[in-house]
Amino acid sequence: MSEKTQLDKKAKVLLEGLLKEGELKAKDRLQIPQQQMPAQPSEERIKNNFEVATGYTEAMARVEALRCLQCVNKPCVEGCPVAIDIPAFIKAIAEARHNDAIGIIKQTSLLPSVCGRVCPQETQCMERCTLGKALKDMEKGVAIGRLERFAADLERESGKTVPPSIKPETGKKVAVIGSGPAGITFAVDVRREGHSVTLFEALHKPGGVLMYGIPEFRLPKSIVEKEIDNLEKMGVEIVPNFVIGRSRSLKSLLEEDGYSAVFIGSGAGLPKFMGIPGENLVGVFSANEYLTRANLMKAYDTERSATPISRGKRVAVFGGGNVAMDAARTAVRLGAEKVYLVYRRTEKEMPARIEEVSHAKEEGVEFLLLQNATKIIGDENDHVTGIECIRYELGEPDESGRRSPVPIGGSEFVMDVDSVIVAIGNESNPLIAATTPEIEVDKRGRILVDENNETSMRGVFAGGDIVLGAATVILAMGEGRNAAAAVNARMQSADSHK
Amino acid sequence: MNKILRKEQLSDEVWRMEIEVPHIARERKAGQFIILQVDVDFGERIPLTVADADTERGSITLVFQTVGATTHKLAELNEGDKVASVLGPLGRPSIIEKVGRVTCVGGGIGAAPLFPIVQANKAVGNHVTVVLGARNKELLIMEKDMRKTADEVIVCTDDGSHGRKGLVTEPLKELCESGTPPDGVVAIGPPIMMKFCAETTRPFEIPTTVSLNTIMIDGTGMCGGCRVTVGGETKFVCVDGPEFDGHKVDFDNMMKRNLAYKNSETRAHDSYHEAGECNLEKAARVMEKNNE
Ligand SMILES: Cc1cc2nc3c(=O)[nH]c(=O)nc-3n(C[C@H](O)[C@H](O)[C@H](O)COP(=O)(O)OP(=O)(O)OC[C@H]3O[C@@H](n4cnc5c(N)ncnc54)[C@H](O)[C@@H]3O)c2cc1C
Ligand code: FES
Repeated sequence: MSEKTQLDKKAKVLLEGLLKEGELKAKDRLQIPQQQMPAQPSEERIKNNFEVATGYTEAMARVEALRCLQCVNKPCVEGCPVAIDIPAFIKAIAEARHNDAIGIIKQTSLLPSVCGRVCPQETQCMERCTLGKALKDMEKGVAIGRLERFAADLERESGKTVPPSIKPETGKKVAVIGSGPAGITFAVDVRREGHSVTLFEALHKPGGVLMYGIPEFRLPKSIVEKEIDNLEKMGVEIVPNFVIGRSRSLKSLLEEDGYSAVFIGSGAGLPKFMGIPGENLVGVFSANEYLTRANLMKAYDTERSATPISRGKRVAVFGGGNVAMDAARTAVRLGAEKVYLVYRRTEKEMPARIEEVSHAKEEGVEFLLLQNATKIIGDENDHVTGIECIRYELGEPDESGRRSPVPIGGSEFVMDVDSVIVAIGNESNPLIAATTPEIEVDKRGRILVDENNETSMRGVFAGGDIVLGAATVILAMGEGRNAAAAVNARMQSADSHK
Repeated sequence: MNKILRKEQLSDEVWRMEIEVPHIARERKAGQFIILQVDVDFGERIPLTVADADTERGSITLVFQTVGATTHKLAELNEGDKVASVLGPLGRPSIIEKVGRVTCVGGGIGAAPLFPIVQANKAVGNHVTVVLGARNKELLIMEKDMRKTADEVIVCTDDGSHGRKGLVTEPLKELCESGTPPDGVVAIGPPIMMKFCAETTRPFEIPTTVSLNTIMIDGTGMCGGCRVTVGGETKFVCVDGPEFDGHKVDFDNMMKRNLAYKNSETRAHDSYHEAGECNLEKAARVMEKNNE
């Protein structure tokens, strides 16, 4: 019997018992064990690219939902960047009103199948969960993300997704640059009001990081494609292979092509390198390159994909965020014998989602903490043969109370590796700012916006990673929403002034 | 969009294709390139320089050599067919200034992307000498167009089957030594040729521009796969280039990076600058000896 079937069986028994009890008291709810997320066993999943976490069954979801204390002050909602009415949708799941559940989520969130999978719940909604506090273990709070995913998957798989209704055509045109979560959300919200929306995307497939960065085994591409389908069904025109700033200037969109407003959601697609010797050797990749080859270009599918990818045997990944975990776990799946994750701080400081960290460890990724590469070593053909690292220790706490790592002099050592993946973060893609001097950016190239997400160029809005720096899907979505509200309002007031 | 309007075989392995992409035809400037795919689901993205454009027909012209899987598939398409995806124009346009005398060196199929640069240099009033080189007569392209446009054209082939027998660096060196040396040199061709053109002009301190064609994926600065070392700094060819100061480019590292996927179990990567590399590498060894 598979793990999932077993868990489901247990959940069914539990659920039956709980339903018999009638109205549950807080102390009863505290007793219900957190429902484990079923997952492919690690020894199997490292040989395929299918999704690792396979999702709750209905019984598991309802049991998990019954754990929610339904607090009146809803601290979790405050932790959610888009303020989903979490207790309400969880209550709906507990009562098997799954349609209501997804309806509640969709009032404020647009991509629940995505967010349920990739949001850092442990630093958002779950960080505030009263149940977690009561159990003195925040990881044991209500598994809000898993429930969100359950409700969203159920709807998607039923094929009954209803696209949002659209008001009568206004004849106004709005352009969107970039089809990541910020652009998608903006496009939907503006289209709803009856404006015509064109979405320009530089790559050949829309979806942004969801498509090219986050791996199939964590976010199946069919889910992203479904969201894009919905956009098209709503009548959003998607133009792939079109890079604003080169294929057309932003200014021409406004001045010649008849767009009344433009939203820039171009993301943080500029890979950072360490600036250490040897970074241009053969076998050193940015995580963006490595992941794009694997995901967007499907290089893991050697049979069909024309795009090659390096299949290193001993791979070192630099970094400690989601991007680093994704790169390391992709390397495992591409047949690496040894994958090291080199990180300057300790596990506590890792920005990656807890689930990704534990999945990476289960899959055999070895964490080298409090260490950092100082040099990449190559042979006469410029192929990587190793890295030189130095050890760190945590220094005295600084003003913010954080102990920052300091290198230990003389602790250098060399490790044999044949590939290096640099995953230390992304900065803003400078193309649009460089070709549109009217748009003001900060020192790090992030576009500056006001509270309506409007840039220094009137009628031009921006949001997501291009404004926030490499952030999260949910924050990008929130910004898209905010900008759309402002654009819709602006269009309406333009009408009433006629 | 993306319809093939004309297809023409220039030599055994070299094709010219005119493709309808109005927005690229309108926006592109000399020196820029595109990235195309023949299959959106599993196809590779390959960069090709725009050799010409016709804004009225809304078309761009590409010249490519069949060296890898993608260029072979591209050559199999016919007039009326559509290229699955074409993205561009990419990269920074060439900087064309009136400097006086300019020598433009084109090796192999590098002659194609060189052509718009020759045209642009003529247009600003420079005196343009073109040096064209190829392994043999059969592989020499664009001679007629160059003769129509440039002030002077010097042709060399490795085997002497057409024009002078020898490498492009020989006439280039003579030009540098002459009473009317070039004020600027542009070299486009296999990396090894560009490297030695830069070495030839270095002692004369003549500014030398090269156009690099590295492995690329997105072409928008997102992946860093195209990075090269220029003057000790890392540059992304797709957004910072493709043209760079030839005296500062670390060609050796670039050539090794371009071969990254050559020996892997996966298919050969397409890059038109790799075309004819073996022969040129041989030539380069000879050149290296001569230079010693
Ligand atoms: C590997 C990886 C893993 C991640 N994991 C997580 C996670 O688990 N959880 C989480 O919340 N966040 C995660 N993130 C971060 C998250 O993906 C981003 O914060 C989010 O996608 C930002 O959305 P966006 O819409 O601003 O931009 P993006 O998703 O970056 O999309 C921008 C799009 O704009 C296009 N574009 C850029 N310039 C132009 C132009 N000039 N013209 C036309 N198109 C253009 C790009 O091609 C791209 O498709 C991860 C990021 C990466 C790279
Ligand atoms: S091709 Fe990806 S950054 Fe240049």
